[in-house]
Amino acid sequence: MIAAAFEYELAGSVDEAVAMLGGDEDAKLLAGGHSLIPAMRLRFSRPSLLVDIGRLDDLRYVHENGDRIAIGALTRHAELVRDPVLAQHCALLAEAAALIGDPQVRHRGTIGGSVAHGDPASDLGTILLTLDAELVARGADGERTIRAAEFFTGPFENALGHQEVLTEIRVPRAAGTYLKHVRRAHDWATVGVAAARVDGRVQVGLTSMGTTPLRARTVEEALASGASPADAAAHAADGTMPPTDVSASSEYRAHLARVLVRRALERL
Amino acid sequence: MTRIALTVNGSRCDADVEPRQLLAYLLRDQLGLKGTNVGCDTTSCGACTVLLDGESVKSCTVFAVQADGCEVTTVEGISQGRELHPVQQAFHELHALQCGYCTPGFVMATISLLKENPNPSEEEIRLGLEGNLCRCTGYHNIVRAVQAAARAGA
Repeated sequence: MIAAAFEYELAGSVDEAVAMLGGDEDAKLLAGGHSLIPAMRLRFSRPSLLVDIGRLDDLRYVHENGDRIAIGALTRHAELVRDPVLAQHCALLAEAAALIGDPQVRHRGTIGGSVAHGDPASDLGTILLTLDAELVARGADGERTIRAAEFFTGPFENALGHQEVLTEIRVPRAAGTYLKHVRRAHDWATVGVAAARVDGRVQVGLTSMGTTPLRARTVEEALASGASPADAAAHAADGTMPPTDVSASSEYRAHLARVLVRRALERL
Repeated sequence: MTRIALTVNGSRCDADVEPRQLLAYLLRDQLGLKGTNVGCDTTSCGACTVLLDGESVKSCTVFAVQADGCEVTTVEGISQGRELHPVQQAFHELHALQCGYCTPGFVMATISLLKENPNPSEEEIRLGLEGNLCRCTGYHNIVRAVQAAARAGA
């Protein structure tokens, strides 16, 4: 299908994008477009104005910044996959990026776009939540930092204001793994599981087990109290309400979560 | 309408496009480059794969305005006169196609894959082409063709 008509403006800077967003309450940001364009083509999304930030190459970077790794919001999935800093200090983020879509999608899709789109089946949101990442947003009133735990507010919803642009994502150095169960190549996660050791603590996150990325808190508490991976993993679906859809039933997702959490913990 | 200028297969192209115009349809309908096929139209099948600044993309999921100032290569732009590109030659020799509809996308995805990984294993080839679907006959001969193209230094 063809997207509904819209106006288009190319932003030359973040501040310019912020100003452009301010002029139209139905405006949306366009980064790599690999979540937004399909949604627009299905007319699930009908912005009146697209503010294209896709050329802001100064937001494409990964570098060490104190005890954190700073990632520019427009860094593409393919760049995350081959980044040497992530490979050394936060390999599970690169591992998860390598499982997104297919090579063509990874050449265009960006970490900021994926996270801001907020699909509960997307992989990177789970990684950020698991790692207690910080998300930096710039708006008309300046810059603020949002904790991942407060960022994901609902399906396709987040804590960004209309005029805010996500500019940077900060993650800690962490060892971990991401396991993703899919029914076929380049599919969304039926269930995804992240497990990471952050500051000596094991933290576990879940994809496609609810309306946002989730933390498996009961699993984390069990591990902290000395439970074995297998015993802790039995709690993977506690407190979740996984959806039933064409990929899987709610019960099957709960089963997958328990199996994948056990495997992820055993790999840590 | 938005005025854009891009380089397609080495030639500069100026075009007036609606912002919602997709790159695939700019190439096919305005520039007459029908080698880029549109299959699923939903970012799944990869038939519309072209190179954008040297990297494979699905042109049904890129607005033409996003390609303003960029270099686009389609299947029409890879042969040297009548001499096929080594990837095309390998697909031809190893019968890596049946109906041919998916082939331009596979060829462009393969060129991008071999640029990033000149000597891929069989598994890397299968994963590297996971964004392209063949509905006729399957992938074995396609994988063999990619291996042959890699050996030929494509």
